[in-house]
Amino acid sequence: MSMRELLIAAVGLALAGAAAAADGPHLGRPATAEEIAAWDISIGPDGAGLPPGSGTARQGETVFAAKCATCHGENGAGKPNDRLVGGQGTLTTDSPVKTVGSYWPFATTVFDYVRRAMPLVEAKSLSDDEVYALVAYLLRLNGVIADGDVMDAQTLPKVRMPNRDGFVPFRPAR
Amino acid sequence: MGSKQTAEPAAGNGLIDRRVFLAASAAAALPAGAGAGELGVEPWMQTPGAPFSAYGMPSRHESKAARTFTSAPGTTGTGASRTPLHLLDGTITPNGLHFERHHSGIPDIDPDAHRLLIHGLVRRPLVFTLEALARYPMQSRIAFIECAGNSGALYQKEAAAGGAQALHGLVSCAEWTGVPLASLLEEAGVDPRAQWLLAEGADASGMSRSVPLAKAMDDAMIALYQNGERVRPSNGYPLRLLLPGYEGNANVKWLRRIKLVEAPVMTKDETSKYTILQRDGTALQFCFPQETKSVITRPSPGLRLREPGLYEISGLAWSGYGRIAAVEVSADGGASFAPAALQEPVLPKALTRFRIPWRWSGGPAVLQSRASDEAGNVQPPRAKVVADRGPATLYHFNGIASWEVSDQGELRHVYA
Repeated sequence: MSMRELLIAAVGLALAGAAAAADGPHLGRPATAEEIAAWDISIGPDGAGLPPGSGTARQGETVFAAKCATCHGENGAGKPNDRLVGGQGTLTTDSPVKTVGSYWPFATTVFDYVRRAMPLVEAKSLSDDEVYALVAYLLRLNGVIADGDVMDAQTLPKVRMPNRDGFVPFRPAR
Repeated sequence: MGSKQTAEPAAGNGLIDRRVFLAASAAAALPAGAGAGELGVEPWMQTPGAPFSAYGMPSRHESKAARTFTSAPGTTGTGASRTPLHLLDGTITPNGLHFERHHSGIPDIDPDAHRLLIHGLVRRPLVFTLEALARYPMQSRIAFIECAGNSGALYQKEAAAGGAQALHGLVSCAEWTGVPLASLLEEAGVDPRAQWLLAEGADASGMSRSVPLAKAMDDAMIALYQNGERVRPSNGYPLRLLLPGYEGNANVKWLRRIKLVEAPVMTKDETSKYTILQRDGTALQFCFPQETKSVITRPSPGLRLREPGLYEISGLAWSGYGRIAAVEVSADGGASFAPAALQEPVLPKALTRFRIPWRWSGGPAVLQSRASDEAGNVQPPRAKVVADRGPATLYHFNGIASWEVSDQGELRHVYA
C-alpha cells in the first residue's frame, strides 16, 4: 500500500468514526474485563462460564439438609416449594410431575439457577464448591449420575439429562 | 332496587314506610327547608375541600379497585398480583394497578448505583448509568404486557370460580417511554455471530431470559418511564426491558445486564418454567408472542345486572402479532356473534377496548367475545386450545372465555 493509499484509508476510517459518533450520544463507558467477569454469572448449556471448583452428592446432601430442605422437603421431595426429584415417565399423563430429573434439559441450568437465586432468602451466598455439590446431589437423587461422580466445569456439561430431547421450538403464527 | 322495594306501600291509601325518609335525611344532612331527594345540597358543596397533596390517590370510595395477590409459600413478594380489569375502563392501566409477577420480591434499587452492562459478542462492552441513558433520544409506545400464565386456570377440567381479575388479570397496558435497545447495541457494535441476547435482572433471583437478537433490533426498548412517570419499582425501576407482544416473563425487570450470544443460554425460566408441555410429552420452547385474545370485562363476575334493560358489553382485546382487526360478541354462548365497535386508537400490541350495546331480557345468557388480528389470527374456542395442548399445561391460554348470566343478573365463569 502506497503512502497515498494509506492516507486515503486513514481518512476513510476517521470519517467512518465520525459518522458512527454522530449516530448516537455514545455515553456508555468501556466495561473492563474484571467488571464483566464479576457480573457475568450465566452458564451456557456447553458449560461456558462454569467456575473452578467441584462437589459430590455426598457433600451436597449436607448442604441441602442445612440450606434447602426447609423449602424443598427432605431429599428434594417438595413442599412447601418446588419438588426437585422424581416424576420421570409422567410427562404424557394428565398429572405430569416436572422436576430437575423429569423435565430440565440441561444440568448446567441447575448450577446457573442455584448459584444466582438460591437459597431464596440468601441468594448468591453459596460457594462454587457448594453449588457443584448441590447439583451433584440433585442429579444423584434423580438417578442421573452415580454416587462417586464429581461435578466440576469439565464433567457437568457432559451430563445428559433424561429429558434432553423433550423440547421443540415454538412456531409463531403470523 | 333497595329503595324501590322499601318504598312499597307500608299501609293503604299512599302511606309510605317512614324509614325511607329517615334514611335519606340522615345520609344527606339536609339543611332545613331544602328540598328532599337526590339533588340535595351536599356537605361537600358547602365547605372548602381537602388541601393539595404531593402525590394524588384515587377517591376513597374506589378502594375496591385494587390488585389481588397470592405469594409463594414462605414468601411475601414472590408470586403475582392481578389487575382489577372489571373495575377499569379505557385501555391504559393505572400504574398502581399494573399486574405484577416477581420471582424474588421487589428490589429497592438505588438509581445512582444501578448500571446496565452490555457485553458478550460486541466490539465494545459498555456500561451505562441511568443518567447517561436519560440523555439518549427516547421513544414512547403503548404496549400491553401479559404474563404467560394469564388465564391458565382455563386449562383445568372444571370451570374455576372467579372473574376477569382472578382469571385474566395478569395483563395490563401502559405507555412506555425509553431508549430503543437497537441504538445501544449499535453503539456497542454487534458481532455478526450474535443471534440471541441474554437479559438479566438485578433482583435477588437474577431473573434471566434469552431473546432473539432480531426482536431486540426490531422494537425492543429500555423503558425508563411508565405512563409518564418513572417505571414503578414493581415494574422494574429504574429500567426494564420492553419486548412488545412477547410473554411478560421475557420483559426482564430491573435490567442490569445484556449479553450477546450465539445461542440461547437455557435459563431456568426458559426451560423448566415458561415452556408448554404437550400431550405427547414434548414441550414447546421459546413461545414468545402472546396470542390473539379477548375478555369481556363488563359485565363480568363481581358485577351484577340489577334489572332487565339496556347495557353495554365492554372488554379488552389484544394480540402479540399486531393490531386487533375485529372483536365479535355473543350473548347466546357462541350460537351467534355480532361485531363490536373498537375504540380508537387501535394500536399494534396494545390493549384495544371493544363495546356493544345489549338489552338484557332478564333471562339466562352466556356472554363471549372472539378477537381476530390484522394478521388473520382468530381467537380459538377453549376446547380447541385444550385439545391441542392438553389439560395439564399452564401457559399461553388464549381460548374464548364465557360468563353466564343468571335470571337474577348474577354472573359466573362457565365453560360453554
